[in-house]
Amino acid sequence: MDKNITMDKMKVGQSATIISFTDEVMSLKLLEMGCVPGEVVILERKAPLGDPIAISVSGYLLSLRIDEACTVVVSIQD
Amino acid sequence: MGNKKIKVALVGNPNCGKTSLFNALTGLNQKVANFPGVTVDKKTGYCQLTDAYGNDIDAEIIDLPGTYSLYPKSMDEHVTFQLLCDPRNALHPDITVVIADASNLKRSLFLCTQIIDLKTPVVLALNMMDLVEKKGLVIDIPMLEKKLGIKVIPINARQKVGIEELKLAIAGDLTAPRADFINIRSFAPEVVDLIQKTTHVNSDYVAFQIANNYELIPFFKENPHKKEIIKSFLEEHNFKSSNLQAAETLERYKILTEKVIKDVVVQKDVIQKKQFTSKLDRILTHKVFGYVFFLLILFLIFQAVFAWSTLPMEWVQQGFQKLREFTQNTLPPGFFNDLLVNGIFAGLSGIVVFIPQIAILFTFIAILEDTGYMARVSFIMDKLLRKFGLNGKSIIPLVSGVACAVPAIMSTRTIQSWKERTITILVTPLMSCSARIPVYTLLISMVVPNRYVLNSINLQGLVLMGLYLIGFFTALFAAFLLSFVLKAKERGYYIMEMPVYRMPRWSNIGITIVEKVKIFLFDAGKIIIAISIILWALASFGPGDRFKNIEQKYSKTEYTSTLSSQEIKHHIQAEKIAASYAGSFGRFIEPVIKPLGFDWKIGIALITSFAAREAFVGTMATIYSVGEEDSHQSIKEKMMADINPQTLKPTYSIAVGYSLMIFYAFAMQCMSTLAVVYRETKSWKIPVFQFAYMGVLAYCASFLVYHLFK
Repeated sequence: MDKNITMDKMKVGQSATIISFTDEVMSLKLLEMGCVPGEVVILERKAPLGDPIAISVSGYLLSLRIDEACTVVVSIQD
Repeated sequence: MGNKKIKVALVGNPNCGKTSLFNALTGLNQKVANFPGVTVDKKTGYCQLTDAYGNDIDAEIIDLPGTYSLYPKSMDEHVTFQLLCDPRNALHPDITVVIADASNLKRSLFLCTQIIDLKTPVVLALNMMDLVEKKGLVIDIPMLEKKLGIKVIPINARQKVGIEELKLAIAGDLTAPRADFINIRSFAPEVVDLIQKTTHVNSDYVAFQIANNYELIPFFKENPHKKEIIKSFLEEHNFKSSNLQAAETLERYKILTEKVIKDVVVQKDVIQKKQFTSKLDRILTHKVFGYVFFLLILFLIFQAVFAWSTLPMEWVQQGFQKLREFTQNTLPPGFFNDLLVNGIFAGLSGIVVFIPQIAILFTFIAILEDTGYMARVSFIMDKLLRKFGLNGKSIIPLVSGVACAVPAIMSTRTIQSWKERTITILVTPLMSCSARIPVYTLLISMVVPNRYVLNSINLQGLVLMGLYLIGFFTALFAAFLLSFVLKAKERGYYIMEMPVYRMPRWSNIGITIVEKVKIFLFDAGKIIIAISIILWALASFGPGDRFKNIEQKYSKTEYTSTLSSQEIKHHIQAEKIAASYAGSFGRFIEPVIKPLGFDWKIGIALITSFAAREAFVGTMATIYSVGEEDSHQSIKEKMMADINPQTLKPTYSIAVGYSLMIFYAFAMQCMSTLAVVYRETKSWKIPVFQFAYMGVLAYCASFLVYHLFK
């Protein structure tokens, strides 16, 4: 069963599919960097203090802060 | 007849190897200026090309700031947008070279497809083909050319492979792409039509981009009525810029994924092995080893800027000293001799002396950037420093500021966010730099007893350490307050690519060092020279015949018979500085600095310290008529023997000593720092504000300290 969460709730090593965005301005930036709905992302690592996080998307590593990640809705495949 | 001249723009994502390609094309034949009206550096270079018929072409290469899309989100990207999307722009290129990271093909091609739709001649340089191979992928170049409708040249910018082919392509007859990559007209047909009519652009996509960002186009600033027409037309047709931007982006990625990447990229080998970068990241961003490693790097940088630069700095100073002595003895004495020796050469020496520190710090910064480690510094430090309104990368300028604020402020350029960068620039001079050490040690030796507490801790050392800590914590606190005061000019993002680790390229590092030294020498240097001459004039001239009278006084026999010529010289110098404009100024500000416990003599030193803080010691030596060649000890004894004529107590009480130390810890007394802040922010607003806030802080803190100890 799929379940939708925001990206900041993902666990290290987990993969998920991008569903939608909750912040319009932020979404434009993420879209042009290749975070488009349907794309699979993997949470590669978290910074030692839990923020920022690094995800791999479309073949490269992208880092973003927790408050940016929580504007991305993803679906986790169980 | 002269050669044909063309303008070539280099466009690409950050970290795609654009700088390497720019360096490979232009070598050292490049210069940094500014784009008109903004703080973005414009890097241009020249490259000689030969076309297929043997004709020479002079190409002016413009290195545009790295960007992921044409939609401008930051000041850097405004420049890229204006250059590429406004045919009236003076720098609008004849040819655009898009450089793409082949190992990140989809994201790189996204920007490329936008450029294609601008319908100007374009060639795609496909970089990092070696990484593609490592990923076990094969890119079908002819197929990619067919799909995009443009010429594609595989290159390796680091190893300079494919550069000649690229040059040939640029020199060849490139035509504008014939087909649109996406049908942008269908997104907003009426709007595209209207813009094309009012601005006479041919491409649909240029028209669409203008509709989204017409406020950035100078043409509409000059023709406000046309701007009004467009504005009301867009409202009438319900033109929602961000919705359309999102739709366009999705459409481009959809076509790229379904129609381009699928047919162009073939997976040859399946590579199971975890990549090198991933393994290294596990250590370098580890919660213990990550910080240990970073601390080691910081320590190394600190050591280098602090210790390794001492010797070359001494060479510079000794060299200039020799030059000054030579000039003083060779040229006839008089005004010009003095101006040259004590005004211009002293100023030049004060500029050149920074070069070793700048070169050393930028060697490290360039290596950190080039290897990809800088992104990890940001990653592990961000949360700690964000609380204070700073960026993860701010730690490097802050630590370098302990050696010298000048190179430190130049290194803030790695911080993308305007607000975080400005705060870092504003607080870095609060870190105690090496020029403060001579001032601190002199004052500490005067007011702090050389005693040990708890049997092992030296009291003087303790106070010195305290001054460093005060500087550091005040910097953090000031940053925290400034983060509420400063208004961001644009929405800041942290979102950032973490590039794969690569070996640094030594030639790029060399070019970076040359570039930074040039910027400092020519842009900040001229301000420093000007201020040096003013300071020289203030200390070397006095109103009326004061100077003449002093010389006459000491030529009388009552002095010449009792004092040695050396002593007379020192007495004359002491009386002259007291009688000079600087001396008058010292007296003039005395009522203002009196609440801090300072007299007019300290007032003079505050002015001369503006050349460099350590000038405090030399000025004190002159005022108390001790030769600069004399030891610290004699300056100290003379100062301590000084009695305040009003209170009949020693001028340098404990309270005055501490108050003065705190003043030097906080006040912005360095013209070179101010000059470099001006160069880096391209406006006088920030340096003036910095001077003011640090001055007020120093004044209030000294006032408190003075009254606390009194």
